[in-house]
Amino acid sequence: MSDITLSVNGLRKVIGKRVIIKDLSFELKRGEVFGFLGPNGAGKTTTIRMLVGLIKPTAGSIRICGLDISKQFTKAMSHLGCIVENPELYPFLSGLHNLRHFAVMLSGISHERIDEVVRLVGMQDRIQDKVSTYSLGMRQRLGIAQALLGKPDVLILDEPTNGLDPSGIREMRAFIRFLAEEEGLTVLVSSHLLHEIQLMCDRVAIISKGEIIRIDTVHELLSSEERLVWRLQPEALGKSVLGGLTEILSEDEGSVTTPYSERLAGEWNRLLVEAGVRVLEMNRKLPALEDLFLELTGGEAID
Amino acid sequence: MISLVQNELMKLLGKRRFMIIAAIIVVLLSLFTYAQSRQSEAVKERLGDVDWRTELQQRIVDWQNRLSSAGQWKDQLQIQIQQYQYYLDHDVNPSEPGAPTFIRGFVENSAELFLPLLVMIVAVDLVSSERSMGTIKLLLTRPVSRFKVLLSKYIALILSVSLIIFLFGLLSFLISAVMFGNQGWSAPVLTGFSVQGGELNIAGVRLVSQSRYILQQFGLAWFISLVVGTLSFMLSILMRSSAAGMGTMLACLISGAILSSMVSSWESAKYLFMVNLGLMDYMSGSAPPVEGMTLGFSLAVLAVWMLGALAVSFTVFMRKDIY
Repeated sequence: MSDITLSVNGLRKVIGKRVIIKDLSFELKRGEVFGFLGPNGAGKTTTIRMLVGLIKPTAGSIRICGLDISKQFTKAMSHLGCIVENPELYPFLSGLHNLRHFAVMLSGISHERIDEVVRLVGMQDRIQDKVSTYSLGMRQRLGIAQALLGKPDVLILDEPTNGLDPSGIREMRAFIRFLAEEEGLTVLVSSHLLHEIQLMCDRVAIISKGEIIRIDTVHELLSSEERLVWRLQPEALGKSVLGGLTEILSEDEGSVTTPYSERLAGEWNRLLVEAGVRVLEMNRKLPALEDLFLELTGGEAID
Repeated sequence: MISLVQNELMKLLGKRRFMIIAAIIVVLLSLFTYAQSRQSEAVKERLGDVDWRTELQQRIVDWQNRLSSAGQWKDQLQIQIQQYQYYLDHDVNPSEPGAPTFIRGFVENSAELFLPLLVMIVAVDLVSSERSMGTIKLLLTRPVSRFKVLLSKYIALILSVSLIIFLFGLLSFLISAVMFGNQGWSAPVLTGFSVQGGELNIAGVRLVSQSRYILQQFGLAWFISLVVGTLSFMLSILMRSSAAGMGTMLACLISGAILSSMVSSWESAKYLFMVNLGLMDYMSGSAPPVEGMTLGFSLAVLAVWMLGALAVSFTVFMRKDIY
């Protein structure tokens, strides 16, 4: 069996005369967490809705475990679990009834499997209560339980941490890593927060105006764009020493920004100290999504 | 497939739709039975011990006097007089008291508006509520084809219509049997009147027992409700909001009731579904809204509308992009 669980080829969506999605192509492997990063309105949700069969693409193909969703929809969908936007469940039914409702739509889901996913997301205590009494975090967890019912190979989560509190976000991240590493799922998450993607994903696609402008591993992407902010004393001397070692990107009052290099940063520090400069502060800084965008699109603003 | 239908019914029960409907029926029934019993008491008081034949005779005379000033209602009045005359000649009491008589009148009056309204409560948000809750996204990303998802909903609708009609019958039987007593099921009722060229045609008239007549009434009421339910079902797919669907359907039903009394000279109006909902009138022998309409014609028109609505529903639902 091949390692590719989701492959997208030449995906395109045109509504009226507007091209919403322009020829997306990418492949996801078993056991990886793939991030879909872009500002609101970049086409993340439209793409995800095409992946799960809610919107028909104008052109291009989507294969889940080798099955084309436009030709073998039901077979392909049995390998997929998803939450699109908010985890919307029936508020007038209990959590358990919601799960039973969706279990019926998959074939061969036993009561034991339902109990298993309930335990997996830690909802045993509240599963008999009506969903209308749940907090957003609990709904999110029930939504994940629902998505995992059919033991999918691919899990698609649209903005999974949206609306969660900090501890909920941390839990969700850990859970997503667990699913990919321990259970071997392919997880596709979308987010408009770089920070989020950085902590969760192995690889990331940056999408803007319906186009993928870059696909890379998170490590590569960030290391090429990471910055080091220095606070030096005396400033003028420090700046001239540092300028001889690497490129100075910008200076602010009291601080100097250079590219970050894991290999060389320690060396620069040593040389500065030897030259008699006190290094008050070395701060590794992630680029903001905005900066990354400006960088990648060559000055095109997000709109 | 069966389990998908069970899912849909579970959701309807979860929303307490049937309880609301049962409550509405009970409240209205209590009102009507009370009004009915007051009325028959008043009639008894006014007439004293007068025989029903005398009363019927009196009514015919009343109507005959009114004929000259009736204007456009003249034809209809004449037909009614002829029908009463027939009852009198054959010694059949048209209003044998008891639960069955009440039910007969109640169904006759509710089949056109009240029952379809109850069905709309279920039908109008069957799809649009999934859309407004957002659950449609989960429903359509399962390994089940959209056709099956919609079919299970439609089957649930058919079952709901049947359940509503059954509830309606059961509750009206229970309440009216308590109020008026449970007698008169085998009393003869005249049916088979048809109107041709403004003349009452009694060639096909025959006597059937009241119970059989009521059974036929319920059959027709079921069909009317199913047609209205199917049309609401279509609206619930086409429109995002349940309120808009409900309003549209209500406007259609009410305009049908109004149109029926004024389209006699607008021939092609007989192809509108709302003008054809008065199936009960064919049984009791009232004149149809447009001359030349028969029970068979109305059933056919309604069936065509229903099939059309189904075709639209399935085509749209299977192609639609969900945002």
